[in-house]
Amino acid sequence: MSGNEAIARGAYEYGVTFASAYPGTPSTEITEEFSKYEGVYAEWSPNEKVALEVGIGAAIAGAKAMVVMKHVGVNVAADPLFTVSYTGTNGGLVIITADDPSLHSSQNEQDNRNYARFAKIPMIEPADSQEAKEYIKLAFQISEQFDTPVFLRSTTRVSHSKSVVELEDPVPREDKTAIQHNRDKYVMVPAKARVRRVEVEKRMEKLREFGETFPENRIELNDRDVGIITSGMCYNYTKDAFPQYSYLKLGMVHPLPVKLIREFASKVKKIYVVEELDPFLEEQIKAMGIEVTGKELFPYTGEFDPGLVENTISGNSLNTLIDLPVSVPPRPPNLCPGCPHRGLFYVLGKLGAFISGDIGCYTLSFMKPLEGLDSCICMGASIGMAHGMSHALKDKGKGKVIGVIGDSTFIHSGITPLLNAAYNQSNVVIVIGDNRTTAMTGMQDHPATGVTLQGKKTKELDFPALASALGIESVRVIDPFNLDETRTVMKEELAKDGPSLVISRGPCALLQSKRAEKIIPLRIDPDKCTGCKLCLRLGCPAISWKKLEDLEMNIEKKTKKQEGIAIIDSSLCNGCSLCDQLCNFEAIEEVREDG
Amino acid sequence: MDNTTHSILLAGVGGQGILRASDILSLVMIEAGYDARKSEVHGMAQRGGSVTSHVRYGKKVYSPIAKKGDVDILVSFEKLETLRYLDFLKPEGKVIINDEEIYPPSVNLGEAEYPENVVDSVKTYFKDIKVVNASEMASKAGNIRTGNTAILGVLSLYLDIGTDLWEIVLRKSFPEKVFQQNLNAFNSGRNA
Repeated sequence: MSGNEAIARGAYEYGVTFASAYPGTPSTEITEEFSKYEGVYAEWSPNEKVALEVGIGAAIAGAKAMVVMKHVGVNVAADPLFTVSYTGTNGGLVIITADDPSLHSSQNEQDNRNYARFAKIPMIEPADSQEAKEYIKLAFQISEQFDTPVFLRSTTRVSHSKSVVELEDPVPREDKTAIQHNRDKYVMVPAKARVRRVEVEKRMEKLREFGETFPENRIELNDRDVGIITSGMCYNYTKDAFPQYSYLKLGMVHPLPVKLIREFASKVKKIYVVEELDPFLEEQIKAMGIEVTGKELFPYTGEFDPGLVENTISGNSLNTLIDLPVSVPPRPPNLCPGCPHRGLFYVLGKLGAFISGDIGCYTLSFMKPLEGLDSCICMGASIGMAHGMSHALKDKGKGKVIGVIGDSTFIHSGITPLLNAAYNQSNVVIVIGDNRTTAMTGMQDHPATGVTLQGKKTKELDFPALASALGIESVRVIDPFNLDETRTVMKEELAKDGPSLVISRGPCALLQSKRAEKIIPLRIDPDKCTGCKLCLRLGCPAISWKKLEDLEMNIEKKTKKQEGIAIIDSSLCNGCSLCDQLCNFEAIEEVREDG
Repeated sequence: MDNTTHSILLAGVGGQGILRASDILSLVMIEAGYDARKSEVHGMAQRGGSVTSHVRYGKKVYSPIAKKGDVDILVSFEKLETLRYLDFLKPEGKVIINDEEIYPPSVNLGEAEYPENVVDSVKTYFKDIKVVNASEMASKAGNIRTGNTAILGVLSLYLDIGTDLWEIVLRKSFPEKVFQQNLNAFNSGRNA
């Protein structure tokens, strides 16, 4: 079972019946898996702030509620987060933050343990799938016992690794929900919040005491020459490299058990703190006056592994014995064959405009050969940045500033900045790359797909009607598989004054359910291809280049300069026809059924 | 069972069925009485990028990823990807190479060369190399999409695990319709 599946299972076994989330790698599967259990309610909320508010409401009503997000999602949810720490939760409220050291699929690698300290919320951190299943239960127990939201922190390596998990039967569920009025506790006006503020400090003091005897903060005494203080996946890396040393494994990383740490320090000679990202444990332990070694040897950045831990502590250098005679070309991820974003970004890349981009599969179009995206900061930034840029550039920016955002990202945090562009009138063209799904994280539904996480048909958000209600006067819908139409509409909209919205609507290539027509793949007639390489500018994985001398057949050169031909791998081709639209030599044709 | 933790690294390209193959391999090890852990990274790697999956097994496994220079067997589902992960192998490590080429974007664009003589490059460092063709084995089995299971068949020759355990796990891993094709592919891998 993966760490994410184990968290979902643990929540189910503990009787959790409520989950809200916005998809985000590496957290997505927790909510997806949880939603499949009998008798639970689970939803994709439009963004993490809404998800947390939904969870707070459920918890105050007495439910056990789980709110799930990736590390940067907590930034979005930070506003309710800091104040629910004051109100407490009544029922159980656990916030799962899935961090991403090494930025496998993220725009930064912030260390969300800092949020626990900043918002004064306890945080526990499992190291493997079995612990993930146990810790989600412990998180709810702590939440219920201390009337506090609790963080469960995972990392990509915990969420996406698989290890053996012992299953248990779910406990019988009790419905403790009821409407309860408690204005002193839940109305955070200054007079009431000042009172709750004091309660927060009392609660943290109790939690510190609790941590001293919390069984998941455990000392494993062995060789006393070296003691390791660590938590989460780093425990496994270090145990793998140095099974003989003594360990203090911290299951709760906030607040820290001061007495237990002092006790461990008194029993071992030399202490290393092994933690990825920030010196979160190290700085607090040093502040206790305990001498430890951490970031002076270990890197601040990136994921660790057993080799890195071993070499850092033993002082070995990482020297590889392999020195290859050839260079290995990189293999970055790419837009799929038949992706609706390819046609859009092919056109955008040639408009000479600044393309303010956003977060999703389409972010990949910054790369060669499309080079159709100039920035990516966070969810929703495309629209606000384009608006700001347009006002700063004044006439210089006229017809030259475009913001592009995916459908799910637009719903997440694009609506308010679009309203702003209408309210404060800028000369921007905003494009919604509407592929009818949340593709990047693996095909999750959202309000504009008209289907919920648990498969119910629901209200479908109407983008043109929404834009019109926000005050956007020019709204166009285009087919990104039609290059001429896409180009023409973009140029027309760029020429207009005031903000416009273009909805580039084409289903994700992986979304088979939305593709009505049968796929007819294409091929290139080697006798017609002149080797001009124009089709290669699309960067389609199905199209490759072969030199004439590498071909198994004999091809007559169409021009003196011809060096090769393009080839379509029909098994990969989705028949989107973009390459056919570009080809000036009618060399691209459908693969006929008769072969 | 001694205390050694064994490591197998599966490498290739998104869409080749590496994650499924590593799931099956881990389940076989658990079926055989080992503790097993595996790890890979999802997310952006789904979009045709380079993909790896570490599988580690032994009496008690801690880290789900292996360190460089410590992998027993590198199973490469794509020829060029073999080179990218060679430094994970032990000096006496073994290599299984699927002799198929999937061009990365820079090669498709004609901006980089697909490395020639990959197998010879590997031979300069490692002795025990087996080159197979997964598509051929899968076609023989009657389903072109069973290449990953065929490669597991090849890998099974290197592991001291009874074929009955593999069959049990394959049966659990696939719907009845395609189970037989996958078993055929596995067996054609064993005969490769």
